[in-house]
Amino acid sequence: MSFEPKITLFSCHYTSQQSCAEDGKELQQLGFPASVSMIRVPCTGKVQVTSLLKAFEDGADGVYVVGCPLDGCHNVKGSVRAARRVGAVQKALAELDVESDRIAMYHLPRGLQPEFVAAGVEMDKKIRDLGPSPFNKI
Amino acid sequence: MIVAERKPMAEIIEMVKDCKKVLVLACRGCVTVCSAGGEREAAILASLVRLGLKKEGREVEITEGSLVRQCDKEYIDAIDQWNGQYDAILSTACGVGVNFIANLRKNDMVYPALNTTFFGGSAEQGVWSEQCAGCGDCVLHLTGGLCPVARCAKSLMNGPCGGSVDGRCEISRDVDCIWQSIHDRLGSFGRSAQMEAIAPIRDWSTAGHGGPRKVERKDLTV
Repeated sequence: MSFEPKITLFSCHYTSQQSCAEDGKELQQLGFPASVSMIRVPCTGKVQVTSLLKAFEDGADGVYVVGCPLDGCHNVKGSVRAARRVGAVQKALAELDVESDRIAMYHLPRGLQPEFVAAGVEMDKKIRDLGPSPFNKI
Repeated sequence: MIVAERKPMAEIIEMVKDCKKVLVLACRGCVTVCSAGGEREAAILASLVRLGLKKEGREVEITEGSLVRQCDKEYIDAIDQWNGQYDAILSTACGVGVNFIANLRKNDMVYPALNTTFFGGSAEQGVWSEQCAGCGDCVLHLTGGLCPVARCAKSLMNGPCGGSVDGRCEISRDVDCIWQSIHDRLGSFGRSAQMEAIAPIRDWSTAGHGGPRKVERKDLTV
């Protein structure tokens, strides 16, 4: 049975700003997966654990966060904090006996870099391999 | 403060699995400060309970609330505002709060979301360490302000023991020998000789070995 994943991306404004140029058409042309819905945040340090969990509650099969390189965050430690929170959700998912790979953190250079598209492709493949979220039973 | 940490989710899900409506009740006291059971942690817990039960194919309606503290009757009475909105209360307070709800709310089932661990303080951001055992008979004036009851693995009153090596405890190289620290600290004040005084055999009845403890201040009772 075919499965079309629903993936939520929380992306740093600076990392993704060029990704939104021309309404994201360039991104599509580069092969960014249609399964990914992007939420832009001023800084990934702003993303709370509750926001990440709510994405799963809202039906996401996978969630990922794209923030600045560890040593290059505009807000100094924003992407470090985001990574810690992603880690907390990974641990919580494991406690619920759910694959912790359903959430991931990426530290990428700013602007529309090939890595931004590659991260989306990687998450899309990973979630397709994992299958539908076990939280979406009802 | 009282330091606590969230119980494993499997344990919590087992508690509330048959509930249709749960009140996740945060405490804005100590457990908020130690990031275990304040409003933010209660919101995370509420989400995890919803997800955990969804995974089991169960739906649950969760109400989130918080009290100033869960260790005072007047605040516990405020639970009335959620009457009819829950089958059970999942408290993110310390064990005191859970006991207070059980004491005062005869018709409410209450479950603990946390394991209450110790009296401690913030060693650094995100790290808490035990400092006091609440033993009811402080000896801190004799030990340079450092507690051998809470911070010595053996709660020795005449330390250090033979397991102290290079200022570390024999249970782990990561644990300071508090008796070494006491010696060093007293020495810095020129009071090393205090270490030679033999502490007498201790009466541990004040530490809870004499049953549940109570403090009563006649001047404050009404």
